[in-house]
Amino acid sequence: MDVQTLIDGLFKGDIISTTRLISIIENDFLKAEEISRRIYPHTGNAHVLGITGPPGVGKSSLVNKLALEWNKKGKNIGIIAVDPSSPYSGGALLGDRIRMREITGIKGIFIRSMATRGSLGGLARATRDAINILDASGVYDAVIVETVGAGQSEVQIMSIAKTVILVLSPGLGDEIQAMKAGTMEIADIFVVNKSDKPEALETVNDLERMLDYEGLNEKAGWQPVVVSTSSTMNTGIDELVTKIEEHQAFLAGMTSEKLHEKRAAMELIDTLITKIENEAIKKAKESPVYNELVKKIVEKKIDPYQAADIILKEYMQLSRQ
Amino acid sequence: MEFGERNACLHEELIMKRIKVLVAKPGLDGHDRGAKVICRALRDAGMEVVYSGLEQTPEQIVNAAIQEDADVIGLSILSGAHRVILPTVTKLLSEKGITDVLVVVGGIIPTDDHLFLKQHGISAIFGPGTPLKNAVEYIRENVSKERIH
Ligand code: B12
Ligand SMILES: Nc1nc2c(ncn2[C@@H]2O[C@H](COP(=O)(O)OP(=O)(O)OP(=O)(O)O)[C@@H](O)[C@H]2O)c(=O)[nH]1
Ligand SMILES: [Mg+2]
Repeated sequence: MDVQTLIDGLFKGDIISTTRLISIIENDFLKAEEISRRIYPHTGNAHVLGITGPPGVGKSSLVNKLALEWNKKGKNIGIIAVDPSSPYSGGALLGDRIRMREITGIKGIFIRSMATRGSLGGLARATRDAINILDASGVYDAVIVETVGAGQSEVQIMSIAKTVILVLSPGLGDEIQAMKAGTMEIADIFVVNKSDKPEALETVNDLERMLDYEGLNEKAGWQPVVVSTSSTMNTGIDELVTKIEEHQAFLAGMTSEKLHEKRAAMELIDTLITKIENEAIKKAKESPVYNELVKKIVEKKIDPYQAADIILKEYMQLSRQ
Repeated sequence: MEFGERNACLHEELIMKRIKVLVAKPGLDGHDRGAKVICRALRDAGMEVVYSGLEQTPEQIVNAAIQEDADVIGLSILSGAHRVILPTVTKLLSEKGITDVLVVVGGIIPTDDHLFLKQHGISAIFGPGTPLKNAVEYIRENVSKERIH
């Protein structure tokens, strides 16, 4: 089926069209452009929620409970769960669904697993476009994105999600320390999951102290909050929903265009980088000197910087013509 | 593959299709070693494998396959309930108009039941002891060509 027919289907809420379109944007960057052009004007209605945090803290289990709770309140929820591709085989084991069994097949909940395919930063290249597809369908009130959970390099989620939730669990004392540099600043809501464990209180205290200490308790007028949850005991989920809705209301009340512009700028830069990278590498490999330069690098006759410069100069000349 | 090499591959990766397989364990069956083994083998063969875990109803399996836009459904069953549950999965698939998804099965399936299952939309059966590469190759060769391009 051609892309335009699928987009027509998407706007009618057809699930097969939706899911095929996500595959297309994953597999083909050029078709992604064609799709984006038509759907982009229809985006911006779903609340995009980013769930990040170290491996194993219970992100998927929490998404499961969160989606269930929201769904009970009549909301339709789209979920995109990202897991890493193996750098060796290029394959991937996408296991987040295991923890989302409870919501599998529930009307109004859509779950899609996605491999990073070599992209760094906790998301796949296609994640943003996939969110836009779900958003543009008009079906979903919220789209939840679960990142890889590498811990350190999760800043990308900030340019994509309107509300970022950083999930931690008890016994991560040192990791919290290590994370404060980058990841702490991106969160609007902190969750201490597995609060059924006795050490949880300590983690909450640590976290609150650190928020004070780092001066992170003020984020453009929003006070980051700490919520304790347990996915296994199903506690704290309603409070989490309340906090998310409060943050959503806070964003809606912001009169300044700054926030939207900042996000749009990040979106533009991300797309630009992908395009330049793609274009540059393609051109480099097409260059007649490419293979020769590789050989010279091996023979240590030239270093990679010089070689890159040669290709770059050639490329600039080409693009000026 | 190192960071630089991964970047060097970026161009190819912008237009790239990988075979996507949904592996599920239908019904009440706690034997999950085989499913995990096959998940890893398929991943190592370069496929993207969604493992949906234990105790999946046929409805959940078909639902997940649609949402994931899986090219292949791999069912692992050792409970003895295959004659009932597997045809229910394939029947649901055809009811939803999904005809281009390959359905393969592994686990404990007596040879006497193979013909019956094949008549009910199961493409291939891989029992204990079959080399993993057979399953990998079978999937590569038999996955719908239109889906892959
Ligand atoms: C280990 C085992 C268990 C373990 C399971 C641990 C676990 N987490 O997996 C435990 C002890 C928990 C267990 C419990 C039971 N078991 Co048990 N168990 C076995 C045993 C000995 C080995 C299974 C195994 O792990 N094999 C290793 C894996 C790697 O092999 P595999 O699963 O066959 O997978 C291979 C292929 O089949 C194929 N494959 C599998 N799935 C898929 C999927 C795809 C897509 C593809 C392409 C290929 C593929 O590739 C794999 C690699 O080659 C078998 C006997 C046997 N020899 O098979 C009995 C067996 C499966 N169990 C049996 C029974 C009856 C039970 C119990 C009901 C016993 C009881 N009365 O309590 C319980 C039920 C538990 C439950 N909740 O379902 C029977 C089933 C009888 C039947 N089907 O008619 C068997 C056959 C034993 C017997 N001869 O009676 N069991
Ligand atoms: N005690 C307890 N265990 C939990 C809780 N939530 C999740 N777990 C367990 O923690 C483990 C990891 O849960 P996941 O939901 O897969 O965690 P994740 O953060 O999504 O993991 P990755 O995606 O692999 O990074 C599982 O064994 C869960 O059962 C909780 O609230 N309490
Ligand atoms: Mg997870």
